[in-house]
Amino acid sequence: MLTIENLHAEIEEKGILNGIDLDVKAGEVHAIMGPNGSGKSTLSSVIAGNEDYEVTQGSVLFGGEDIHEMSPEERAHRGIFLSFQYPVEIPGVSVTNFIKTALNAQRKAAGEEDMPAAAMLKKIREKSSLLGIDSKFLSRSLNQGFSGGEKKRNEIFQMAMIEPKLAILDETDSGLDIDALKIVADGVNALKTPNNATIVITHYQRLLDYIIPDFVHVLYNGKIVKSGTKELAKELEAKGYDWIKKEVAG
Amino acid sequence: MAYTEEELKKELESKEYEYGFYTDIEAETFPVGLNEEIVRKISQKKQEPEWMTEWRLDAFRVWKEMEEPEWPNVTYDKPDYQAISYYSAPKKKDKYESLDEVDPELLETFNKLGISLDEQKKLAGVAVDIVMDSVSVATTFKETLAEKGIIFCSISEAIQEHPELVRQYIGSVVPPKDNYFAALNSAVFSDGSFCYIPKGVQCPMELSTYFRINQAGTGQFERTLVVADESSYVSYLEGCTAPSRDENQLHAAVVELIALDRAEIKYSTVQNWYPGNKQGKGGVFNFVTKRGICHNHSKISWTQVETGSAVTWKYPSCILKGDYSIGEFYSIAVTNNFQQADTGTKMIHLGKNTRSTIISKGISAGKSQNSYRGLVQVNSRATNARNFSQCDSLLMGNDCGAHTFPYIETQNNSAQVEHEATTSKIGEDQIFYCNQRGIDTEKAIALIVNGFSKEVLNKLPMEFAVEAQKLLEISLEGSVG
Repeated sequence: MLTIENLHAEIEEKGILNGIDLDVKAGEVHAIMGPNGSGKSTLSSVIAGNEDYEVTQGSVLFGGEDIHEMSPEERAHRGIFLSFQYPVEIPGVSVTNFIKTALNAQRKAAGEEDMPAAAMLKKIREKSSLLGIDSKFLSRSLNQGFSGGEKKRNEIFQMAMIEPKLAILDETDSGLDIDALKIVADGVNALKTPNNATIVITHYQRLLDYIIPDFVHVLYNGKIVKSGTKELAKELEAKGYDWIKKEVAG
Repeated sequence: MAYTEEELKKELESKEYEYGFYTDIEAETFPVGLNEEIVRKISQKKQEPEWMTEWRLDAFRVWKEMEEPEWPNVTYDKPDYQAISYYSAPKKKDKYESLDEVDPELLETFNKLGISLDEQKKLAGVAVDIVMDSVSVATTFKETLAEKGIIFCSISEAIQEHPELVRQYIGSVVPPKDNYFAALNSAVFSDGSFCYIPKGVQCPMELSTYFRINQAGTGQFERTLVVADESSYVSYLEGCTAPSRDENQLHAAVVELIALDRAEIKYSTVQNWYPGNKQGKGGVFNFVTKRGICHNHSKISWTQVETGSAVTWKYPSCILKGDYSIGEFYSIAVTNNFQQADTGTKMIHLGKNTRSTIISKGISAGKSQNSYRGLVQVNSRATNARNFSQCDSLLMGNDCGAHTFPYIETQNNSAQVEHEATTSKIGEDQIFYCNQRGIDTEKAIALIVNGFSKEVLNKLPMEFAVEAQKLLEISLEGSVG
């Protein structure tokens, strides 16, 4: 589904990604871990098409297509979804209005008509209950005055509505207490199918107790320095990142 | 350099020549320039009574002694008032024979607004056989109003048919000497609307100039007078959301609202005149005086969506004369490219327990300048006056400006005046967030702008609000890139 080869990217002429290789197939869950500043969020931004970053080498193929020239919205239309680490506020635009606009934009790109209002409402009700979101929440301005947990829950709600092929969860666990974490993880697990894939980006192993990855990769200095199974995450939890740093240096 | 009326007229004439219409040009146009004789002739043409002619002449004499104001935060080449023709016959020939001849950019805008083909023709000045729907709607509409005793007609007609009402109220809220443009309008006003709602009558529909299809093209010096008698209610819509490429450069309108005891007037405007091109050439100067007076327990609400004109100078105001009267002002002003807007309101609290609310949303893009200017004045007699003002500015890009000039004058210690102001910018992070959800940049801006303007859009009548939203979208197209 997603094939990244020798990806180099920089921001303001500072190299952040220095040769990433990653292959994600349908039905898989990949975790990308690493210390702060290792390039985890940059990787998710580059896949989503954030133009602040310049790709200097390598390629990203999605569904066999090179997405280098595609705008962020074209990538979204093809099924890439990013759950933001810091979701932005849009005052005066309700959660419902926003997701309705997003969903219809996606349908339009696919050559489909707007979703009828009744069907839209039904879907919103179904997906919001999956994430324990009440109707008052849906009429609030997008992310305005939301707690950390509400913001992340809203991201996963949007993911549930959009049903992407590839979901990238960027530090979705940060700012969540254990109950919120469970709700979010249950949501993500419930949305898993053999046809979609998930990349979980996280600093801590904690989230991986709830979203069980098939593969774990360790990102350090803009490169994947170690890959393994979920056992690797446990090892990192026990030993910390210094162990990896030493191994790379040695 | 700004166009003069004459140059514009010449250009239009030569265009008409191109399309083979030159032989049909109406000769009924006064020579350029303004003097007492011209004012008399205008009044004569309209077969006005003597008092009206004298009223116009007095206004003209006052105007002659006045100077064009320079305090607004706008710059423009002042029009040459002696180079304008102040009267042209209303029977204008259609400019085009078919839609194929109309500027494609204009047609595209019509399509985006979802305007029907017949209506497009009418707006662009294409000959239309008969617009059956509109005609029948307008007729039914008039009958319904007549049953309730509501008068809704052109001001010229009102001067003929209801002189006592016009004479009593015209100039009572905006006296001719009020300001330079009001004086000019009073001397030369071409036409406009008159509306009277009798005691206790709730006007059953939104009154819209839109229905008065025969009155199109009288916009340059428009005069509107709305009188709501005791305990009546009316909602009045002004303007049309379709862009009219008016050939008049200067628009100096006057609107007067009178809300007698316990009456309520809701006045909504969508203004979308030609803003000039992307280089800032051309465009309408919109210098309007709008004011309402509230008697006891009455209420006046101004709602405006301003997206057009090259220069806007406009402060719809309320004189809260009666006790317990309420004034409201809800405004969205959008400026793009080289547009300049200096707009706001005045809330003059004279009566006891008067309340006013001001919500102003300014959106600036391109190289435009957008100013809010508002006065809240509490008179010594106005015990327990309350005002709440909120002025929010949204900036797009780095070359535009937003300015706020709030003036507060209170002479009564019991007054409570609150003012809140915010300035924000549409962030690239907001756009990227929307993009990532599959929403393209144009749509993302529209979404953010609509969210920003929501409190005001909600005040518009339903069908107007939908069009106003589309209009905001169109006005800001291409402003972030």
